[in-house]
Amino acid sequence: MPLIDYKTALNQAFAEELTRDETVFLMGEEVAEYDGAYKVTKGLWERFGSRRIIDTPISEAAFLGLGVGAAMMGLRPIIELMFWSFAYVGFDQIINNAGCIRYMSGGLINVPMVIRGPANGGTSVGATHSHTPENFLANTPGLKVVAPATPYDAKGLMISSIRDNDTVCFMENTLLYGHRGEVPEGSYTIPLGVADLKREGTDVSFIAYGRALLTALEAAQTLQAEHGISVEVVDLRSLRPLDEEAILNSVSKTHRVLLIDENKPFCGISAQIAAIIAEKAFDQLDAPVLRVTALDAPAIYSAPLEKLQLPNTQRIIAKALTLF
Amino acid sequence: MTAQKNLASSIEDPINNVFTSEQKIAALRDMLRIRRFEQQSFKLYQQEKIGGFLHLYVGQESVAVAAVGLMSGADEMITAYRDHGHALAVGMSMEECMAELFGKATGCSKGKGGSMHFFAPDKHYWGGHGIVAGQVPLGLGLAFALKYKKIPGCALCFLGDGAVNQGVFSESLNLASLWDLPLVFIIENNGYSMGTSLERSSSIEGSLAERAVGFKMEREKINGNNFYELRAKLHNVMERARHQCKPSLLEITTYRYYGHSIADANHKKYRSAEEIHEYQKNHDPIMLWEEQLLKEGVITPSTMESLDQAAKEEVAAAILFAEASPWPEPASIFSDIYSEVDVGSDAAKRGTYFFSDTRL
Ligand SMILES: Cc1ncc(C[n+]2csc(CCOP(=O)(O)OP(=O)(O)O)c2C)c(N)n1
Ligand SMILES: [Mg+2]
Repeated sequence: MPLIDYKTALNQAFAEELTRDETVFLMGEEVAEYDGAYKVTKGLWERFGSRRIIDTPISEAAFLGLGVGAAMMGLRPIIELMFWSFAYVGFDQIINNAGCIRYMSGGLINVPMVIRGPANGGTSVGATHSHTPENFLANTPGLKVVAPATPYDAKGLMISSIRDNDTVCFMENTLLYGHRGEVPEGSYTIPLGVADLKREGTDVSFIAYGRALLTALEAAQTLQAEHGISVEVVDLRSLRPLDEEAILNSVSKTHRVLLIDENKPFCGISAQIAAIIAEKAFDQLDAPVLRVTALDAPAIYSAPLEKLQLPNTQRIIAKALTLF
Repeated sequence: MTAQKNLASSIEDPINNVFTSEQKIAALRDMLRIRRFEQQSFKLYQQEKIGGFLHLYVGQESVAVAAVGLMSGADEMITAYRDHGHALAVGMSMEECMAELFGKATGCSKGKGGSMHFFAPDKHYWGGHGIVAGQVPLGLGLAFALKYKKIPGCALCFLGDGAVNQGVFSESLNLASLWDLPLVFIIENNGYSMGTSLERSSSIEGSLAERAVGFKMEREKINGNNFYELRAKLHNVMERARHQCKPSLLEITTYRYYGHSIADANHKKYRSAEEIHEYQKNHDPIMLWEEQLLKEGVITPSTMESLDQAAKEEVAAAILFAEASPWPEPASIFSDIYSEVDVGSDAAKRGTYFFSDTRL
């Protein structure tokens, strides 16, 4: 299988779906002539032209809303946010319109749209550009949220998301765009709502998604090598729908669990998962459910401190050891 | 009298030359149906049969009826929360609308949307939106989709005079003009946004339609009580949208008789009883249209009376229907959220979608 990076995997997904389905178009700031702020859409404008690949002015609320309106009419917009942090100026369109129109119309309408872009800290750009709004989005019944960690998952989930008949919020990560992995050339799908066991283990379960998954895998290696602890690592991939079964199965196997994500702790994704485990697997637990999340402050600019703020292997290992 | 003169002035416009007597009477019938529906809804609200907010369209009926009367099968429309008039005008039944107000399972949104959220995609009606100006970029999307699919239609996007001060409205004007979208923005200026008069909310140069100027967009101010003028000017901009893909911004002056919502206890504070009375006496769009049709000999007083009677009977039947309809089943709380779940597709076979107990 070819080794390609995360952004190329996404690019392949777009190209395949743009080719396959005339109703798919891609819109956002700098996505066409500039090739995308992070080059995720590189070459698409040249190949598919201005009708399908559309540069927008800096008007997130308007082009997110345009996406909803066009999706109601049966098109399949892929709306790029240069950063998910910028979604906040268009949040009304995402939550009230993409999220609620189907319900308020009694099921007469569906909104087959993908909203995508990077949602991560760790790049020294300060709080306004480092948000991880997956918890806000997943808090809205009506929206789906996915957050793939690997190039393979990114491509398969993107194709599924474009074909999905509801709005999917696709959380990418600028720090992952250059990561390479094996990705098949053709088209393939990964269903939403299916987690992936990225590492099997017996002593403790790490539950993670996005870049935190990679950090978790690294920490798992060290724990095995230096402490003889066998860690199982569950990659959620999809947050809503959520593969509860995979979480509960792993917890029932290892009886210890550490939730790891780059989201903030208060009402963050890990808070929801902790609640699920408490409700449904309490008797399986030999230790409290613990979490490693972003430190609970706005994202700091200063590089060494920002590294501390996001989950890193040291914090994960230290926390994991307290489970035993 | 001036209003009457105006009414006659657009009568010779080509689109009004092809306006048949039957169509003229149908327009009156549609306006009467809206008025009677709204007036009964008012009473039902006071009897607590209807909850939440209820924004009545009484006084503004001519705007929706004239616009819908000009729509071709390829046109689309969307509006804000004062949406009952538009709904009835596009042909939604009084039954489904009244049942929705009651929160019944037979409502147009199965009791899930309420007064502000009526939809009928099969009639090219995309709602019914509760957030001020939230529907405006959706209107962009409708127009974008028409152009993308190469359908020679236009999208009508209604909004209130208060909505023009939302940022997304300006963003949308720019995009519509920049991308030559077949869109008509229709500001229904009823003079107030809740309790705030236009003077207190908007810095404007003459007309709200002038907001189009900086965006290189065509604009027009229309007297909303003059049915012929409405038709003539709306037709022009709709044709320009359909055939030249050029958007326009319209300000249509109109007036609402009731409070902002029924829950608007203050509505006698921010405007005088005389102001309302003056409008009802001299500018009421239904009254003016009736006078015009009488003058043209298109209608007789007895036909007018029977149209009104029929409208009242239709509302009465709709109320009976709503009363007799069942409440939605508790389990319906969890349907119509994800389409893939509703149809039970493969895409919805895996994973948890709802995080509370769905077995009610
Ligand atoms: C974003 C937002 N802010 C405030 C409100 C509350 N609100 C509802 S209607 C309204 C007045 C709007 O007036 P206008 O646009 O003139 O429409 P009209 O009610 O006159 O039809 C306000 C302030 C809202 N629904 N949405
Ligand atoms: Mg108003």
